[in-house]
Amino acid sequence: MSDMVSALNGARFEGFAEITETGLCGMVQIRADLASAGLAQALGGLGLSVPGRRAILSAGDLELGWMSPDELMLFCPRDRAAAITQQLAQALGGEHAMVLDVSDARVRFSIRGEKADQVLMKLCPVDLPTLPQGEIRRTRAAQTAVAFWRVDGGLDLIAFRSVAGYVMGLLKHSARPGAELF
Amino acid sequence: MTRRITRLDRGGRLIDRARDITFCFDGRRIPAHPGDTLASALLGAGHVLQGRSFKYHRPRGPVAAGAEEPNALVTLGGRARMEPDLRTTTTEAFDGAEARSQNRWPGLGLDLLAINDRLSAFMPAGFYYKTFMAGRSWEKLFEPIIRRSAGLGPAPTEADPDSYEQAYAFADVIIVGGGVAGLAAALEHGRAGARVWVLEQTPHWGGRAVVDAEADGATIDGLAPEAWVKAALAELEALPNVTLRTRMLAAGLHDHAHLIALESVADTTPGADLPRQRLWRMRAGKVIVAAGALERPLSFPGNDRPGVMLASAVRDYIVNWAVSPGKRIVILTNNDDAYRTALVALDAGIAIPAILDLRKTPNGPLVQAVRDRGVRILPGHSIAKVLGSKQVKGIALCRHESRGEAWLERIPCDAVAMSGGWSPTVHLWSHCGGKLAWDTEAAFFAPDPDKPPLGADGKAMAQCVGAAAGALRLDACLASAMSAAPQVETPAEEPIQPVWVTPAEAGPHLRAKMWLDFQNDVKVSDIQLAAREGYQSVEHAKRYTTLGMATDQGKLSNINGLAILSQALDQPIPATGTTTFRPPYTPIGFGAIAGEARGEIFQPLRRTAMDAWHEDQGAHWEPVGQWRRPYCYPGKAEPHSAAIEREVLAVRNSVGMLDASTLGKIIVKGPDAGRFLDMIYTNMMSTLAVGKCRYGLMCSENGFLMDDGVVARLSEDTWLCHTTTGGAEAIHAHMEDWLQCEWWDWKVWTANVTEAYAQVAVAGPNARKVLEALGGVDVSREALPHMSWTAGPLGGFDARIYRISFSGELGFEIAVPTSQGMALWSRLLEAGKAFDIRPYGTEALHVLRAEKGFIMIGDETDGTVIPQDLGLNWALSKKKADFLGKRAHQRSFMASPDRWKLVGLESLDGSVIPECAIAPAPGENANRQRNTQGRITSSYYSPTLKRGIAMGLVHNGPDRMGEEIIFNADGKEVTARIVSPVFYDPKGEKLDV
Amino acid sequence: MLRLTCPHCGVTAEETELTPGGEAHLRRAGPDATDAEFESYLFARKNPKGVVFERWRHAHGCGKWFIAARHSVSWQVFGTYPAQTTEPPADLIETIRAAIPTWEGWQ
Repeated sequence: MSDMVSALNGARFEGFAEITETGLCGMVQIRADLASAGLAQALGGLGLSVPGRRAILSAGDLELGWMSPDELMLFCPRDRAAAITQQLAQALGGEHAMVLDVSDARVRFSIRGEKADQVLMKLCPVDLPTLPQGEIRRTRAAQTAVAFWRVDGGLDLIAFRSVAGYVMGLLKHSARPGAELF
Repeated sequence: MTRRITRLDRGGRLIDRARDITFCFDGRRIPAHPGDTLASALLGAGHVLQGRSFKYHRPRGPVAAGAEEPNALVTLGGRARMEPDLRTTTTEAFDGAEARSQNRWPGLGLDLLAINDRLSAFMPAGFYYKTFMAGRSWEKLFEPIIRRSAGLGPAPTEADPDSYEQAYAFADVIIVGGGVAGLAAALEHGRAGARVWVLEQTPHWGGRAVVDAEADGATIDGLAPEAWVKAALAELEALPNVTLRTRMLAAGLHDHAHLIALESVADTTPGADLPRQRLWRMRAGKVIVAAGALERPLSFPGNDRPGVMLASAVRDYIVNWAVSPGKRIVILTNNDDAYRTALVALDAGIAIPAILDLRKTPNGPLVQAVRDRGVRILPGHSIAKVLGSKQVKGIALCRHESRGEAWLERIPCDAVAMSGGWSPTVHLWSHCGGKLAWDTEAAFFAPDPDKPPLGADGKAMAQCVGAAAGALRLDACLASAMSAAPQVETPAEEPIQPVWVTPAEAGPHLRAKMWLDFQNDVKVSDIQLAAREGYQSVEHAKRYTTLGMATDQGKLSNINGLAILSQALDQPIPATGTTTFRPPYTPIGFGAIAGEARGEIFQPLRRTAMDAWHEDQGAHWEPVGQWRRPYCYPGKAEPHSAAIEREVLAVRNSVGMLDASTLGKIIVKGPDAGRFLDMIYTNMMSTLAVGKCRYGLMCSENGFLMDDGVVARLSEDTWLCHTTTGGAEAIHAHMEDWLQCEWWDWKVWTANVTEAYAQVAVAGPNARKVLEALGGVDVSREALPHMSWTAGPLGGFDARIYRISFSGELGFEIAVPTSQGMALWSRLLEAGKAFDIRPYGTEALHVLRAEKGFIMIGDETDGTVIPQDLGLNWALSKKKADFLGKRAHQRSFMASPDRWKLVGLESLDGSVIPECAIAPAPGENANRQRNTQGRITSSYYSPTLKRGIAMGLVHNGPDRMGEEIIFNADGKEVTARIVSPVFYDPKGEKLDV
Repeated sequence: MLRLTCPHCGVTAEETELTPGGEAHLRRAGPDATDAEFESYLFARKNPKGVVFERWRHAHGCGKWFIAARHSVSWQVFGTYPAQTTEPPADLIETIRAAIPTWEGWQ
């Protein structure tokens, strides 16, 4: 629908890193036995495989992140979320599995620049310098839940949609020009 | 009282003489150089007097040159940026700074409150304690006076305009202290490839060694320490695995090697758009404490006079900042180290009229070097009195082994440098349980390497090196910090002679002039009094006398104080022990502790997709959990009560709409989902037909009501559970807890999808017409009866429609993906225009539900209420063998007929009974309080009934219908009649249309 | 502030990522329980000065519950394991015994 809006409508901030709310993003939550052959097959239909513990992998415009020992989050273009949800639900019909289109439950931010890590070093109790490429880390940023992972040129972060303004406020506070840690 | 001590004309390794800056102290312009502290610049400008003591208002100058300073406290900055109690010795001077002295009236030079000093005989140890325990009349007389006269700087009254932040860091090794020991340890671990951080609290590297070498010519690998430090820094800076930070104070070491450190980022540039300070929350594999040692004062009569200073501080001021507290300095010592001060003073052209050495035959190389320069050294001599009041004018000489009454001569001088020996800075080691051992020969407590603070692995998480480990001499210091220690040349030293009081046989009169805790005015006589009065534990003596309880936390006074206490109790020092070292090492401002959590980002504010619309409409907000919800939508100049009335009547008479997006929505799916929900809810959910809705209650295992909401069965194996707005996360966690920890073999998935959907309640007799105007879904009575749901393209939206009602009117709740929430809201407003649709807020929602007698979690419940109390027995399944809370409901007091139960209450005069009202009962309880028989849980003005209505819990309430009882609120009595809680449409006819 | 390693996702998380859940390995007392059994289940806790087995949820992480064996005085952590069990793993019990030979055991 044309009247769909993301939480902050693409808000941006230029500090020592560049912060952008990335707009509408498709997200599909999968709860299943991650070791099941059915799941591997269902994901294979999308050109994906089951990510290992804390891993996030991508194929084309899809990304698939390991959220817990029985939960995955699939990121896709917003307009494909419903179809992918249906496709996976159908493929997993014989399993004890749950596939939900939760696209609007979260907001996604991009943090770009050489010093992107420092923005999150101020907010998250995580050893950022040792976070490898291809790992999705769930944690908190100040007082709210987030998850983030490395992408080309920086980091991407998801948080709950209702606190999008709060998270943007945190990221802006952290990324203020001149407030670099190093 | 200004003496013109100008800067020494050479030296000053930390100041940039080429540049001049100016700051203000009590309105006077003070010249300074970059690199100065406020203390060094004030001394350089002749201001020795920099503060007043806490209790007696005695004039004070700095006694130290660093973080241990107890006396020289000032308030920095004006108005909102005002910060009290900053040590001039650690506050960097900057152009335009404004500092003010504290705890004096009207001024620092003339402080009328110094009358306390004359009264000091009447204010001994325990004075405050005794005064405040003496009873109310004393309190009235003394408290206001004491409050005015005893205090530190004033707290700012305006919001702090500066910003702060925090940061997290992780390292293999964090080294605290940037002196030669810290840098040596950094080389050791840095070269080995470990991730190393080195934290130095001052702006400068090198610590004591570089200053002391100015006196004794010590070398490290043939280099002057300054050059060695420079080389070490160059090497460390080149290592990518080493991070070096100055102006970063390690404040506390906590469990599992959690180190809190405060970094000064923009303290000297107020108004810059930068975080002023940054609080680091660090984790280390190991913390190496290389924090050095603190010199101890000596307890002699008049040791608190401005101009009496630690010998090392005198040395620091001369070498680092090219200022001296005097032109003639008498030195009093019990060790060789103070002779270094004599040497640098002599080099700077300052006279040393005498060195009084408490030892009988001092003769080490440093002593000899001073003697060779013609200085008069008086072994076994001491000070009987410091002459002068606001400044030192001289000393009266006496023998140390004497009562101090026979003055041998007066020696004119304008400063006294004292050294009572050194104590390792063991604070961080001790914060988390590291133990200390008394070193009799060196006369200090040092870390006991066999009893370190333990980390998560049960092994030592901290290690002390250098002077902090008790290795005071440069060679031992470096050898303790690295395995391949450099070659050190440093003069030998003779042993210290521990002296805790001098002159040794001083009587009570002189002991009352010997200060231990300078800031809190605790003297040798006070500790001795405390011991006599039975305060034998060091912790008790501390609290009774306030020793070590000032802002400096006893850095100078604690060891001396407990030595005096040990003497008074006639026991060895280790038997007395130390008081507890508590973080932070020096005070940290609340700004840094709060970090980013201020203003807009004080805490998460949760907003729905329609939040901006509500804001535009001028909604009055109500916080619900972390959400904000419109309380009501007042028109211009419309009182809230009128708005609420208008909103309630819109729903009753036509149609209203409510942003219900915040209600919790939890999906529960799987072959065992029904069985699981039967355990979670008190009523039966497994039998709910697909397409139907059921109101459900949840109890904790204790039996108390914790949440409620409508459950919809979406498919054969999937249910959607609505929760209260505040309960979504907690209830989802509650479900996961039971699934993961008790019934982990049940096949159930849950998901909290609260935020994925925007939800709008449309309620009122015309609600259906509004939905029909959108079209796309059959919402007729037949197709969508009360307590059922359907899904379809309502007005083109991908919608799920629940026919449920919390108002008692025909009601629908429409859920759409959150990104379309605002669009749906707009369409409903548009479609509802024909029916004069009104948005309504949470207060109208509350009134509507109360008129219907529907309970609200948090109003009718408070964690002690069970469903039976609220007449909800119908929702407690009798068929189920088990559910959470079932066993608890059988406990005797839960099943008791004596419980307070829910009823409706109508005031006889139609007024709104105050929400806080209590119904008294005859008699008194065991605590001699009046008995009670009921309380109000909800009370509103009902626009529908045009009178006040209330619900309440009343003893045996449902059995007392029609009875009148009296409620009391703030002394006012209201008589109310007990009635059914359903005030409106008791037959439910409005629902089923 | 303690740090524990979540056995489910492998993250070593500081306490702010976790929520505590009290004593582990309680046996639920159901509708047939006696008053004494039910009281014990609801309220009676061991709270030893020594090794405690406590439930933690990696709430700001993978969301899973686990159990930590920790010393209540020294805060030494002997190990963590998933909550889906009725008793501590044997190798952990051995680890604790090795560290504290006088340990009275987990029950």
